[in-house]
Amino acid sequence: MTYSPIELMVVCAARALEDNRSVAVGTGIPCAAAMLAQKTHAPGLTIVFEAGGMAPILPTMPVSVGDSRTYHRGLMASSMAEIMQMAQRGLIDYTFLGGAQIDPYGNLNSTVAGSHDKPQVRFPGSGGANDLASFCWRTLVVTQQNARRFVEKLDFRTTPGFLDGPGTREAAGLAPGAGPHRVITDLAVFDYDPDTCRMRVKSLHPNVTLEQVLAATGFRPGVCEPLESTSPPTAEELRILRDEVDPGRYILGRA
Amino acid sequence: MATLPRGHGPLLSDPSANALRAALREKSRALVDKQMSVAEAVRRFIHDGDYFASGGFGTNRIPTAVCHEVLRQGRRGLRFAGHTATHDFQLMCAGNLPGREPLLAAVDAAYIVGLEARGLSPNARRVMESGTVQSCEWSNYALAVRLQAAAMGVPFLPMRSMLGTDTFQYSAAATAQCPFTKEIVALVPALSPDVAAIHVHEADRFGNCRLRGTTVADLDLARASKRVIITCERIIDTEEIRSAPHLTAIPYLCVDAVCHVPYGSYPANMPGDYFTDEAHLKEWMSAEKDVDTFRLFLDRLIFGVPDFAGYLEASGGLARMPELRRQELLS
Repeated sequence: MTYSPIELMVVCAARALEDNRSVAVGTGIPCAAAMLAQKTHAPGLTIVFEAGGMAPILPTMPVSVGDSRTYHRGLMASSMAEIMQMAQRGLIDYTFLGGAQIDPYGNLNSTVAGSHDKPQVRFPGSGGANDLASFCWRTLVVTQQNARRFVEKLDFRTTPGFLDGPGTREAAGLAPGAGPHRVITDLAVFDYDPDTCRMRVKSLHPNVTLEQVLAATGFRPGVCEPLESTSPPTAEELRILRDEVDPGRYILGRA
Repeated sequence: MATLPRGHGPLLSDPSANALRAALREKSRALVDKQMSVAEAVRRFIHDGDYFASGGFGTNRIPTAVCHEVLRQGRRGLRFAGHTATHDFQLMCAGNLPGREPLLAAVDAAYIVGLEARGLSPNARRVMESGTVQSCEWSNYALAVRLQAAAMGVPFLPMRSMLGTDTFQYSAAATAQCPFTKEIVALVPALSPDVAAIHVHEADRFGNCRLRGTTVADLDLARASKRVIITCERIIDTEEIRSAPHLTAIPYLCVDAVCHVPYGSYPANMPGDYFTDEAHLKEWMSAEKDVDTFRLFLDRLIFGVPDFAGYLEASGGLARMPELRRQELLS
């Protein structure tokens, strides 16, 4: 069965979510992944949105993390402080983030390209990303991969990954035990070396070589032993994704 | 212990709890009719140089009519709370086209320039990349907590994000060691806007408000601000408020003006009433690409019409309202 790179990314992201856990998502691939997880192995997954939506039964893809869909038949329509404080006190397990740049420690830039005071490109800024990456137990990044995005040094460190390596999150005052978990791209899945906190290739997607992954990474990532192969999406996963999660092809149509 | 880190960004407003107390001491407690037009509310309560904040969440329940009137009346030198600001930030940046005194002087930036999955606003990018608008970085939660601090009547609150990042370095936050646990926490200064505009579902003539859907940061925003302009979809009788006082989300004591503006959040999403007009938001993004085209677009839709009803007419929003309502109700 054929599938697109976006479909594979959504499926990988969905598989990373365990049942009976909680996840803070944005619109796009993360939301599709959480919906797919709910409809497959994780029916007890609680989805929250930073604008206040809690545990919706999503009828369609939201277009904004604050639109009416984010609490459609939900259990609570609350506030940003409610959701963020829930995460700050340790009740939110996962979050999904993205960015214009990511470094080997999983730190993210979504603020500027170039200098802050007269940027080449002004991006939105942190939004809720800095907060969610500080508070949620496990941060997953889902992004297209290329060497301009995966860089040794960020133009601006908007959002914390492992900062400068082992112990530096805790030294800065961030809560212990939380931090980057996986990076899911169109080429591979990465995890982090527990000793160095640096990113390493965990599994290669079908028909992708390690050389391709290294060429699309602007720093030298570690490589897991043994290096795994990503299982392709099953027919059932693809059917649910296409027919139930995103029939309007709002996400899937982007490829 | 090494020196505690401190952000070097500009503090764009006074965090003093005493200053807010002094302002609120002078505020009327009288149950008086505060209904007026948006034009009158903006004339009376939003001044050049003010710190202004808009409620809602970018393309959801924002006070669009007030933002338009701020443009139409040519306010200058405003400071703005860029808390999940998307279409509302687009509107502020529309006041910074070359050839006029800039509307926007400074922004507390947690989320600006972008419209979520719809992409980046070309004009907001131009404005922010020109280096003419001062900015101070924050996270969304930081701005929510800053409003919460002001609403509580205290000058700062602790929080556990922003630490270790450039977002902190370019903010006006500080760090401190917790006197009880010895942990490092970030301290953020209270944010008390001079004036806030919030769009709600229902209000009575005194300013008692009800709203549906997520409240985002608006309950704190209404309490943190020195002056508050409410726009509402419907005016309801005070007897209805009194019959179910637990539904009152913002009390009249916070409110200075009540403006009846049906569809007043268009093209944003008003929970239970109408969905976002995605096609019209696309027209904004596309018109913004070229400065001259954008000028004509603004003349046609905002500067060339007398009020928000004129915009609803000229943009086609009023004609599309049945369809937007159908989308909102998934019917």
